[in-house]
Amino acid sequence: MLNMLLRKSKMGRLTEKGRNSLLLQTSADLPTCFRQSLQIRHLDCGSCNACDWEMTALSNSLYDHQHCGIDFVAAPRHADLLMCTGTGSTQLLNAAHETYEAMAKPKWVMAVGDCAVNGGVFKGAYASEEGIGEILPVDFKVPGCPPTPNDMMKALLQVMGKKVS
Amino acid sequence: MLGLQEYLQSYHSYPAIKIVEWEEQEGLVDVPPRDLPEILSYCLDIRPRPIWLTHVVNDERQLGNGFCVYLVLHFPENDFSLTLVAKGIKDQFPTLSVIFPALNWSEREAQDLFGLQAVGHPNPRSLVLHPGWPLGFHPLRKDYKAGEEHKEFVRAPLVFPEMRGDGIFQVSVGPIHAGIIEPGHFRFYTLGEAVLHLEAQLFFTHKGIEKLLEGKSIEEGLHIIERVCGVCTVSHSLAYCAAVEKLASLEVPRKALLWRTILAELERVYNHVGDIGNMCAGVGLALGSANGSQCKENLQRLNLEFFGHRFLRGMVVPGGMKSIPGAQGSQAILNRLLGLSDDFEEWIPLLLGHEGFRQRAVATGILKTEVALDMGATGPTARASGIPIDWREFHAHLLYPELNVKAIVKQDGDCWSRLMVRVKETRESFRILNTLLREAMKGPEFDYDKPTFMALEEVKRMAPAWGCVESPKGTDVIWLMLDDECRIYRCRIRSASYANWPVVPLTVPGNIVPDFPLINKSFELCYSCCDR
Repeated sequence: MLNMLLRKSKMGRLTEKGRNSLLLQTSADLPTCFRQSLQIRHLDCGSCNACDWEMTALSNSLYDHQHCGIDFVAAPRHADLLMCTGTGSTQLLNAAHETYEAMAKPKWVMAVGDCAVNGGVFKGAYASEEGIGEILPVDFKVPGCPPTPNDMMKALLQVMGKKVS
Repeated sequence: MLGLQEYLQSYHSYPAIKIVEWEEQEGLVDVPPRDLPEILSYCLDIRPRPIWLTHVVNDERQLGNGFCVYLVLHFPENDFSLTLVAKGIKDQFPTLSVIFPALNWSEREAQDLFGLQAVGHPNPRSLVLHPGWPLGFHPLRKDYKAGEEHKEFVRAPLVFPEMRGDGIFQVSVGPIHAGIIEPGHFRFYTLGEAVLHLEAQLFFTHKGIEKLLEGKSIEEGLHIIERVCGVCTVSHSLAYCAAVEKLASLEVPRKALLWRTILAELERVYNHVGDIGNMCAGVGLALGSANGSQCKENLQRLNLEFFGHRFLRGMVVPGGMKSIPGAQGSQAILNRLLGLSDDFEEWIPLLLGHEGFRQRAVATGILKTEVALDMGATGPTARASGIPIDWREFHAHLLYPELNVKAIVKQDGDCWSRLMVRVKETRESFRILNTLLREAMKGPEFDYDKPTFMALEEVKRMAPAWGCVESPKGTDVIWLMLDDECRIYRCRIRSASYANWPVVPLTVPGNIVPDFPLINKSFELCYSCCDR
């Protein structure tokens, strides 16, 4: 039991990184094996649904994320990257933590949309954080209200160290 | 509506009923709280049956009114809306949900957010606030200032009814789901494959938007309202602007009304097309979901190209529109839409003729007419269950009276009916867009100036107003009251999803668990504008 607790608390800390830089981290951080294939888990933390629909749009035939080696997976256990939308609503925080902890290392977190980056228009609401960075260690940020599928695609390719035209 | 007025005038109560305002289309009546149930049951007996628009609790203790309950009903026959106001509530009010179950959630929400007690409520469990908040946390009371309480939120188990018996299992799903969808927890009580009962625990994305709106200026408010629901942006902002325009007695020019109607229909088309595709995804019919998502993407690209935003945000402003395309733009939009409508007609027969899909959808997730009526369902959900309610037909607003919109009704109430309602409404919307865009192409070219914001002196203060628009998911209602400085005093957002969510769990029992994705997607409700 104690061991499990220790492991849990450690897992949260190991991947903590700088929070507030808007710059994408260079893909040098990403081991080469992730450059061909990236598995993503989506996490809605109180978004208005617009970012989520834009993320869904990535899978339509006009963007078709799968031909770039990107895929959305059903379980956090299978995911390398957590794409978070929304401000971080209080009633979902526990589930968000658990999702993050369930991911295997190495793992990264991407804040998608203005709300996830800094709370957006919902700054100051009583049941919400100001951005997902308050609760999870964010590695990449994609601003926009909502960011278009193009923005997301570019960000993902950049993370994977691929050329973006 | 003479009968109703006479009834209210002759109603004996102490203190007496006060008819504050009674005009051709709207009435405002002060009613003692304890007489509210009786008056409501009288109203509900009127045929055709009235629909509920919104139920608002407001903290007016600063004005000496105590807590107030506003209930807005709409009588379709005369296009008449009646606001019943119960003032002077201290800490409890008689429940109305026994008479009219549609108000069940609203009253539970009032218990959570205002700390009032709905006396006699059949299911007084907390709704919006999950267990784990500090005791006595009632954020919508005026004396509560948004503070640090969210830091004190602790982990506490959610409460569900127990069910015991041989072979009964509970299957819990969520709040984080497998696909790219919003969070909600579903608990299936199953016996074998069949579902006996379903409990839906929502409000995971509750942020406290209604409190956040308080004290904001009208323009700041619009910015937030547009983001209450990602995909019903136009409907919400139109409803909000309608409320503001009512308070400011603003006339909107015909040209702006025309483009507002076009935006509302564009929103309906891209949502319906996407939702049809999603229903196919719910049964794993890749052909349908691929075509639906592709068609939706093309419609959203059209939005981006001509209106600057894929979800049409920022276009509607109080008093008119931010900008409107000229004759050339209208022609271009029309050409694109004609192409997309042809595309739609090309792939839709592939779904409708697919026997496997049909067999999954027919007789699955049936919503009975009586249930839909009692629970106050709205939009395609209600229309697929044989209830002819369409706000575009009921109420003269935008350019709808000229367009002769009729509610599209199906009788069976199953997933297939909801699909067919959407398909037919999409066709109808393409037709409406065609008519409207042809009108937009005609007429003299003129420069449209964004309306400069109104003179604030003329705006009514401390008076209620509501705005109502038929969104792709049903009727969205925004109820608004401004304070003395013309800032928002209270804004209640009753979205179509909020009205429809309570019926979803009722349609699942009797079906098997794997049918739930299809049933859920056939309602296609939004969590965000329900949770707020």
